[in-house]
Amino acid sequence: MKNAYKYSLTLAAFIFLASVVSYSQEDWIRTGTGLGVEKVRLAAADFKPSSADPRNTALLKAFNDTLWNDLNNAGIFDMVSKSFYPLSSPAVPAEVKFAEWNAPPPSASMLAFGSLGVTVDSMTVQGWLDDVKNPQSAQVLAKQYQDKPTTDNARIIAHKFADEIIFRLGGGIQGIAESKIVFISSRSGHKEVWMMDYDGANQTPVSKQGSISLSPRISPDSSRIAYSSVTSAGGWQLQMYSLELGRAVSFPRFSGTNVSPAWAPDGNRIAFSSSQSGDPEIYVADSSGRNLKRVTTSPGPDVSPCWNPKTGAQIAFVSGRSGLPQIFTMEADGTNAQRMTDQGYSVSPAWSPNGQFLAFSWMRKYGPGAPGAQDIYIMDIVNKQWVQLTHDGGRNDFPSWSPDGRHIVFQSTRSGSEQVWTMLADGSIPKQLTTSGGNTQANWSWK
Amino acid sequence: MNKAMKQARRLVVPIAVFAAVLMLGACGKKPVKTAPPPPPSPPAGPSASLSANPNSVAKGEAATLTWETTNATDVQIDGIGPVNPTGSRQVTPADSITYRLIAKGAGGTQEATARVTVTAATPPPPVQTAPSATEEQMFNQSIKDISFGYDSYAISSDQQGNIQASAQFLAQHPGIHFSVEGHCDERGSTEYNLALGDNRANSVKNALVQAGVAADRIRTISYGKEKPFCSEHTEDCWQQNRRGHFVYQK
Repeated sequence: MKNAYKYSLTLAAFIFLASVVSYSQEDWIRTGTGLGVEKVRLAAADFKPSSADPRNTALLKAFNDTLWNDLNNAGIFDMVSKSFYPLSSPAVPAEVKFAEWNAPPPSASMLAFGSLGVTVDSMTVQGWLDDVKNPQSAQVLAKQYQDKPTTDNARIIAHKFADEIIFRLGGGIQGIAESKIVFISSRSGHKEVWMMDYDGANQTPVSKQGSISLSPRISPDSSRIAYSSVTSAGGWQLQMYSLELGRAVSFPRFSGTNVSPAWAPDGNRIAFSSSQSGDPEIYVADSSGRNLKRVTTSPGPDVSPCWNPKTGAQIAFVSGRSGLPQIFTMEADGTNAQRMTDQGYSVSPAWSPNGQFLAFSWMRKYGPGAPGAQDIYIMDIVNKQWVQLTHDGGRNDFPSWSPDGRHIVFQSTRSGSEQVWTMLADGSIPKQLTTSGGNTQANWSWK
Repeated sequence: MNKAMKQARRLVVPIAVFAAVLMLGACGKKPVKTAPPPPPSPPAGPSASLSANPNSVAKGEAATLTWETTNATDVQIDGIGPVNPTGSRQVTPADSITYRLIAKGAGGTQEATARVTVTAATPPPPVQTAPSATEEQMFNQSIKDISFGYDSYAISSDQQGNIQASAQFLAQHPGIHFSVEGHCDERGSTEYNLALGDNRANSVKNALVQAGVAADRIRTISYGKEKPFCSEHTEDCWQQNRRGHFVYQK
């Protein structure tokens, strides 16, 4: 009870604060993250079996849960609660009773429905999206999918169908239901690279270094993962894992500490931090590790580079050149370095896909005796205006943007241990994706 | 969430204490219940003693256990079995062991213990292995880790004494190679701390090189906040983790 009271107080305070924030500030996040469109009221009826096969039940459960989550996670729909649905839902377009769906209580404008059925060794899914306000030409989308009858395939088909709906109703934004997240997990006893679906399903190990691995970054074409591991002979070295070959491929070794790789949007270059000169500096090389070029020259830590994914011409990074770590930007050749954050302890920059924002982790007040709250912020790179996205306590770090620029994955200790979470890029709808072991340094795939 | 857990814990602790008190009470009562009515003249309690000679042997060598008991009807030694009330026996334990003698009599039970320490296999030529072992021991005793201020990789003036003392020791032992590990406290980001730890390790290396130690004797590695010495979330603990740590290599 006490907690609920406290929560409602916090919520009230937050709403109050939100309402006093000027409209212009709110506007720029909404445009920036593509949330300008009014939310469509969407109903997603459970798909129905189209054959008598006993495997249908489990496959339909996986499919319906995944489709609902994807549409709900998208953040652009006002999802109509299933408790408002008419008693019978359609399996084919001829069965849709438009008035029942369009009238209250569901008051839906759009309806997704369809069927799934297994025959012998094949699973067929038929899905439709109807504009129920417009019975004369209701059909917006009609799709058919076929694959082997496994729950994984049922989930993949649900992701594909969800992405079609999001693309059609979201004003052309690409869905993220088929995107992946790479991260570091300690659940095996060592920190290793793991990979999962964007919704936390299918968590699978990637690296088998048996030492400490950190900072996984997936290539723009999703074919490789660059990361760094501590090696017995040569300290911290970059590693390159091929997802196509299912194994690590060779990558040159450098002296010193080599960490925090980052991909250029063309996939042909990487930036990383190396102390081969005796001081950690940012270097740029081909993705093969050749044509190495040093681009920073300041004493003190220079680390965590991140390319502007829109232009491929700038790099954001963290530098301790002026004392506590701050976020800087520079041209990819190292010229025109500019300090972006003006106080505290700022780390882990992540450039938004549209090139407009930097997400980063900030302890605005840092030092002995300071409360040390560490939260995710985003900053407009042109006017350096910032907004705080997390407020829920714990240490929040390592933001990474979803391909559509409307979600952010990050790590947080708010649940008591380090875990990977996602949220919408305005800070709403936080969702915990991992629970087993410590899970950190999540990086969202580019598509 | 945290508050709720703390409250729950606050409840659990008194309940656990209460339960423990109940159980202790129950244990205490039991013997009273089963004890016979007070005997007119209680028999004398047993006494026991046990010793080992020598009490430290090299592996494979024998030691002699000697024991004496009085007023005992049943005498046992763990690992040997029932024995005479008074006697002695040779033992050859494989590892260090504590022998326990239990003497039971009408008047109660008495225990006695004796420990035999088994040292590693006989070291015949003590001349050869000893120096390198002591060199590492001397290294660990003489070389003190360098501690750092928060978010700093500068060697502060109060650490200069450690650097000079280390350089002096290393000048006297020119064969020693070693590594310097840069460590950071748990606050801040993983990647930044790896870079900062690298700066710390190199600061220590550079200071030693300036003090005359050859650079090729020193390897550096950063562990950032990956291998903390101390895992509490206190300033004390953080200070312990902000260090350049020396590791002997040959």
